[in-house]
Amino acid sequence: MVDAFAGLVEQRDALASGSCSSRELVDAALERHAATHVRLNAVVHSRGERAQRDADEADARRASGKVLSALDGVAIVLKDNMVMRGEPTTCSSRILEGYSSPFDACVVERLQAAGAVVLGAANMDEFAMGSSTENTIHGVAHNPWDLERTCGGSSGGSAASVSAGIVGGALGSDTGGSIRQPASFCGVTGLKPTYGRVSRWGLVAFASSLDQIGTFTHSAADAALLLETIAGHDPRDSTSIPEPVPQYSEGLDGDVEGLTIGLPKEYFDVSGGDPEVLERVRAGVADLEAAGAKVVEVSLPRTRYGVPAYYLIANAEASSNLARFDGARYGRRAEGVADYQQMYERSRSEGFGDEVKRRIMLGTYVLSAGYFDAYYKKAQQVRTLLRDDFDAAFSQCDVIATPTSPETAFALGEKIDDPVSMYLSDIYTVSANLAGIPGISVPCGLTGGLPVGLQLLGRVLDEGRLLRVADAYQRRTDHHLVHPPEFA
Amino acid sequence: MTKISADQVTYIAGLARLSLDPDEVDRMARDMDRILEWVATLEELDTSDITPTAHAIELETPVREDEAAPALDPEVAVSNAPRHVGTAFSVPKVLEGEEG
Repeated sequence: MVDAFAGLVEQRDALASGSCSSRELVDAALERHAATHVRLNAVVHSRGERAQRDADEADARRASGKVLSALDGVAIVLKDNMVMRGEPTTCSSRILEGYSSPFDACVVERLQAAGAVVLGAANMDEFAMGSSTENTIHGVAHNPWDLERTCGGSSGGSAASVSAGIVGGALGSDTGGSIRQPASFCGVTGLKPTYGRVSRWGLVAFASSLDQIGTFTHSAADAALLLETIAGHDPRDSTSIPEPVPQYSEGLDGDVEGLTIGLPKEYFDVSGGDPEVLERVRAGVADLEAAGAKVVEVSLPRTRYGVPAYYLIANAEASSNLARFDGARYGRRAEGVADYQQMYERSRSEGFGDEVKRRIMLGTYVLSAGYFDAYYKKAQQVRTLLRDDFDAAFSQCDVIATPTSPETAFALGEKIDDPVSMYLSDIYTVSANLAGIPGISVPCGLTGGLPVGLQLLGRVLDEGRLLRVADAYQRRTDHHLVHPPEFA
Repeated sequence: MTKISADQVTYIAGLARLSLDPDEVDRMARDMDRILEWVATLEELDTSDITPTAHAIELETPVREDEAAPALDPEVAVSNAPRHVGTAFSVPKVLEGEEG
């Protein structure tokens, strides 16, 4: 049997050598979920016996020599905004209580085609709106490194489920940092691919021009395996990129000789950033430099405008996307409504939480007559400027290195009543979504007993290089092998 | 600086099909003020000649043949509805007159 913190590569090898079965892996994951649930609240829906049955089928395939892929028989957790046939999806919202999907998300189809076992769905901020997994009908999720702190968000449950050793891989969605920030807070590897690299079919939409599905794993090598399984063109998502998917795993050669890393000076000079965090990140970059990479200073001068621009664009799109929750076709309908107008208003008012309402209101306001140009169009113009900044920076370097977050995991409750301060938690991550580029957060050490994330950003469709650099870093360091003491 | 009034909040809530109680209206006005004041920092940037970006990755709108393909069974499609009659969604009446 393998260790609870075994990564996907190690689990693949253990299954191949016969030292453990898929059923043993899934049973261990279910037991660990059960044993940690009260403390973490990471996984909010467990497929239990159905996952065990899928594992038995994987073992039967293996016994008859019909292994489907490297991930055949490995347990994976979804985020609770990805639908799976016959299983509940709540997006942590009251409005979707009782919803059971009639179809599979594209990522679920691809995981199943590869033989991976879906263990269940992870806690998240309601409709992915938040940075702390506190806005959730399932109750807050806790950080495995310190239960009084947030695991980040919005994909906090996915990050915590890998960090605490429940599973070796989980999926998340990243609209403004919702994979990278929780990965950083929980000390795991979190990858947001290029916009359009992974199909959004079956992902409940938050902000359609920004949303992207990605991975949580213990290592970049594991992320490569998981990404090559779920990525690729899907005609059902019209923004899906029709380019072949490289075998990312095969490109991991540990070599960073000749690579140029750009350090954006603004990211290391933003007031309010924790100096200890910056020091860990600089040390991580120095490790890559020692391995043969060249480091240059670059500039992303308009970084500070990223969060407000993001906030306007994301919530304008959200106000439109969430119009579908009308109390008529699925989800919750308020009791005793007299007419259809009341049905809409009361179902939505009872069904959505405060943060979701705030964002729908802001989004509706900025799209309303007289305000469109001042807010929405302005934000889209700023988006162009942010993209220009990246183009200029990438003319001088191959990857950009930054802190993933200006701080380590903050205390539960610390920012919940201060929306703007919560939004600023995404200051280093949102620009990648606005520009559509890929980013990965890798653990680069601890400060005050809490993990720090090093973010690497790449050009469009340059996931292969990001994974190669992150893997090269992890071959030379062991920060990704340090696990939360309470769960180790 | 625009100040959001309670009337504006109620108007926007109507557009968004939300009904807010008086406490919520006050809180929302305060939150929206604060957030709009913060996003107003964007005004520092001159964007007069800048083309807006709607999508970061430029793709042509994909086209496909108009061919019949399997779709959700209507019974399955209505199975999540709070109320349905046969394969139809059931909602409160929309027009005056007949019983809904």
